[in-house]
Amino acid sequence: MATELRLKELSKKEELFTHGHRLCAGCGAPIIVKMVLLASEYPVIACSSTGCLEVSSCISEYTAWKIPWIHSAFENAAATIAGVESMYKALKKKGRADKEIKFVTFCGDGGTYDIGLQSLSGAMERGHDMLYICYDNGAYMNTGIQRSSATPLGADTTTSPAGSVVPGKLQQRKDLTKIMAAHNIPYAAQASPSHWLDLMKKVRKALKIKGPKFMNILSPCNRGWRSRTDDAIMLSRLAVQTCYWPLYEVEDGVTRITFKPKEKKPIVDFLKPQGRFKHLFNPENEWIIKKFQEMTDKEWELLLKSS
Amino acid sequence: MMKPKGWRELTPGAVILEAGNAVEFKTGSWRAFRPVWREENCIQCLFCWLYCPDMAVIVRDGKRADFNYDYCKGCGICALECPGKKGNKAIIMQEEGK
Repeated sequence: MATELRLKELSKKEELFTHGHRLCAGCGAPIIVKMVLLASEYPVIACSSTGCLEVSSCISEYTAWKIPWIHSAFENAAATIAGVESMYKALKKKGRADKEIKFVTFCGDGGTYDIGLQSLSGAMERGHDMLYICYDNGAYMNTGIQRSSATPLGADTTTSPAGSVVPGKLQQRKDLTKIMAAHNIPYAAQASPSHWLDLMKKVRKALKIKGPKFMNILSPCNRGWRSRTDDAIMLSRLAVQTCYWPLYEVEDGVTRITFKPKEKKPIVDFLKPQGRFKHLFNPENEWIIKKFQEMTDKEWELLLKSS
Repeated sequence: MMKPKGWRELTPGAVILEAGNAVEFKTGSWRAFRPVWREENCIQCLFCWLYCPDMAVIVRDGKRADFNYDYCKGCGICALECPGKKGNKAIIMQEEGK
C-alpha cells in the first residue's frame, strides 16, 4: 500500500537516512535524500560518488544510511549502480531473487556535470533501470568551493575569485537536465526541496517507470553560497520563483512545466541574499546581473515554448 | 563513540555491517543557537520535521513532539520555515548558554 503524500502519513514511515551524519548545519543534501527515500514505495539500493554527501554520511565505521549503499569513485557512480542493477537482474533470472528493488544514485554536481558525465551518459544510453539523482549545489563544496560547470555566472568561488581581474565565474552554467533529456530517456526532471510535494511526486513517477531516469535537484549550500545557515529552503524557493531553477519534467520527449510562478520575481531577489554574488552589486559589475536576468528570461521563454 | 579499529579488525572492504550506526555520533554539540518549541503556537504543519536536515524533530503518531537536541545542529531552518499561529512563530532560536 502506498503511503499518501501527506506529511502526517509520511512522518509515520521509518527515516532511512539517520541523524548523526556530519553534513554542515543547514545543508540541503540530507533534506533531499530524506524526501526521496520517504517518497519511494520500493526498497532502494543507493550509490553515491565522492562528494559532500558521501564523505559526511559514512565517516569511517559509521554510516547514516539504513539502506544498502555503496560509495563509488568520483567519476563512475552511474556505472557502479548500473552494475548492481545488472547483477540483480541476473539473480532474478536465475530465480535467486524476486523482490522489486529500485536503484538510485545521489551525486553532487561535480560528480555529475563534470567528472561523472561520461559514465552517466553511458548508463543512460545502455538503458539500465535506474534513477540518477544529482543534488546540485553549484560548485565543488566538499573540497572547498571550487567552480564546477554547474556554478552560475558571476559566482565567486576559490577558483573563480571575484576581484579586480575577474568578476567571479565568467561562464554560464551547463543545462544538464536538457542534456539528459536529449538522451531520449523516458524521464528527466528538475525539482527543488522547497516544493516538496512536486519533488516527491516526481520521484514516485520516476520510480514507477522502467528504464533510465534522471532528476536534477537544487541543493542550497550555505558555506559555498555564503548565505545564512537557516535559508536553504527559502533560497531554493526563490530560485524557483525567479525561474533560475524552473520545475519541469520531460516524459518521453514531452516537456511539462510543473510549477509556474504567479509572478516571476527578478533574479536579484535570488542573488542578493548570497555572499557569492555580493560583488555583482558593485557598479562595475552591473552588466553581469543584467546578463544573468536576460539569460534566465530567455531560458524560461524557451521552456514555455517547448512545453 | 566507538574505539577506532586496527586494520586487522576491519571487515573486508571496510564494509559497515550495522545500518544507520551514525546515530552513535551525536552532533548536538555543534549547536550555537537552540530552537525552542512553543506548543501553544504550533499548528502541526510538520514543515519543521520535513525540512530538518538532521532528522532532529520528533514526530510521534503524526503529532509533533519536542526537538532531539542530541542531534540538532541549530541551523534554524525550522524556525525560518515555521508559519506559526497568527504571526507568532512556534519555533524561536535562542543562543546556547543564555
